[in-house]
Amino acid sequence: MQTAIFIQDLSKSYGKEKHRATALKNVSLEIGQGELFGLIGPDGAGKTSLFRILATLLTPSSGKATVEGFDVVKDYREIRRRVGYMPGRFSLYCDLSVEENLEFFATVSGATVRENYDLIADIYRQIEPFKKRRAGKLSGGMKQKLALCCALVRRPAVLLLDEPTTGVDAVSRREFWDILKNLKDEGMCIFVSTPYMDEASLCDRIALIQGGEVLSTNTPANLVASYPFTLYKTRAENNYLLLEQLRTQSNVRFCYISGESLRVVFHEGAERVIRYPSSEAEEVTPSIEDCFIQLMKKR
Amino acid sequence: MKVIEVHNLCKYFGRFGAVRNLSFEVVKGEIFGFLGANGAGKTTAMRMLCGLLTPTSGKGRVAGFDVYRESEKIKRSIGYMSQKFSLYEDLTTAENLELFGGIYGMGRKEIKAKMAGVIEGLELEAGKALLVGSLPEGVKQKVAFAVSTFHSPEIVFLDEPTAGVDPIARRKFWEMIYEAANRGVTSFVTTHYMDEAEYCNRVSILVDGEVRALASPRELKQKFGASSMQEVFFALAQKAKRGVS
Repeated sequence: MQTAIFIQDLSKSYGKEKHRATALKNVSLEIGQGELFGLIGPDGAGKTSLFRILATLLTPSSGKATVEGFDVVKDYREIRRRVGYMPGRFSLYCDLSVEENLEFFATVSGATVRENYDLIADIYRQIEPFKKRRAGKLSGGMKQKLALCCALVRRPAVLLLDEPTTGVDAVSRREFWDILKNLKDEGMCIFVSTPYMDEASLCDRIALIQGGEVLSTNTPANLVASYPFTLYKTRAENNYLLLEQLRTQSNVRFCYISGESLRVVFHEGAERVIRYPSSEAEEVTPSIEDCFIQLMKKR
Repeated sequence: MKVIEVHNLCKYFGRFGAVRNLSFEVVKGEIFGFLGANGAGKTTAMRMLCGLLTPTSGKGRVAGFDVYRESEKIKRSIGYMSQKFSLYEDLTTAENLELFGGIYGMGRKEIKAKMAGVIEGLELEAGKALLVGSLPEGVKQKVAFAVSTFHSPEIVFLDEPTAGVDPIARRKFWEMIYEAANRGVTSFVTTHYMDEAEYCNRVSILVDGEVRALASPRELKQKFGASSMQEVFFALAQKAKRGVS
């Protein structure tokens, strides 16, 4: 697989001396052409800083990054020609209509809507009934589809999507991921960030990021397989009381709430029992979130 | 004890039924999830429950007060916290407590009497002079919850409380809600993050202004043969006629 995005020891900090805030610390990633790669992490992890550097809107403090072989600092013009970027905040012209926005973004990148229509047809058809409507008046899901069309209409080699599904409801989110899968099949490199752990499994590979550092880079399946403990789940009518009980048990290494049940890891060789009426421990496959928690603790 | 009771509550804007025949009860100490896609009517329903909007028809009582005649009393009896805005970052924790306590009509004596206990509960004695903006995210969230419950409301409304928060801070937050529930604090959680829904005792799903499902996450998953709330929600919400795109 040919490299589309190459990032080595990239760091970014803002402000001076006492007020310095570090957004990225020695981030290294390599993403291939035709790959759907997810950057997963909470707010403030550094996701947007990384995307803005790759989109050549921000320069790194140190380290190196290339997109399609071009340096993000020296060759920014080349990169801008080849990249489709969808920022986290809705950045289209709210007082232009849907079709005017699309025409505008095609024209500034030296393309026409007609020559690249095949690429956006499936998505654009869903918003076409509203093509005369001003972009500012669209619903969240429609705005997101229009923004994607505008990023795609130049037929980019690399697509950078910064939190495209944040604030969008579950139905629109699923539709959006279906669209990304189809685009990937066109051979495009798609680099997408999200704070939703449950979206990780939809990517070919993922990097987990927290506090500006990449905790792990892996396929979702391998990440789950590398979880270092045997994980159990348990529940009770009152999970809070169960949690308090588990914390007093000497055979429990750690435990925490996870949705309607609790996660438990026992000490090695310890009895795998829960001393609470009618609660049992059942082995469970770790989720991406469980893996994330484990990697955060290790730091 | 019932903290919220609504029966056939409706809100029409002209001929558009934003919320239709909303009926449910929330009991003391319950963590109640209120879910719906964009445009399903969540905000309209919430505004009626908070005493900010008069219903068109139906009955409703929140914290024992009538939604038509006693909306001012409702406003004093509820707390509100959202991930997006809850605190003044350039005030200290104590100042935030004092400000919101004052807004909710607490007297100076009462504020002073409760303050020490709350600061102690937050383990913030050392950091009480710090501006809220300089506290770590996880601590900030605990402070936000303490502020929203400082006036001892019957019920606290939580709007997407853990959106975008790291998984460890998220767990600490839910642990705090569970602990509060154990003391009898009722939480009403609105969200469109399905993994947040999994933490609620019971969940209602609003589609096109009507409640289409109401049960524990476990029961809902069983009923729909789904492995997650995400699938349950998808099965219901994709039939929606409005607000889908």
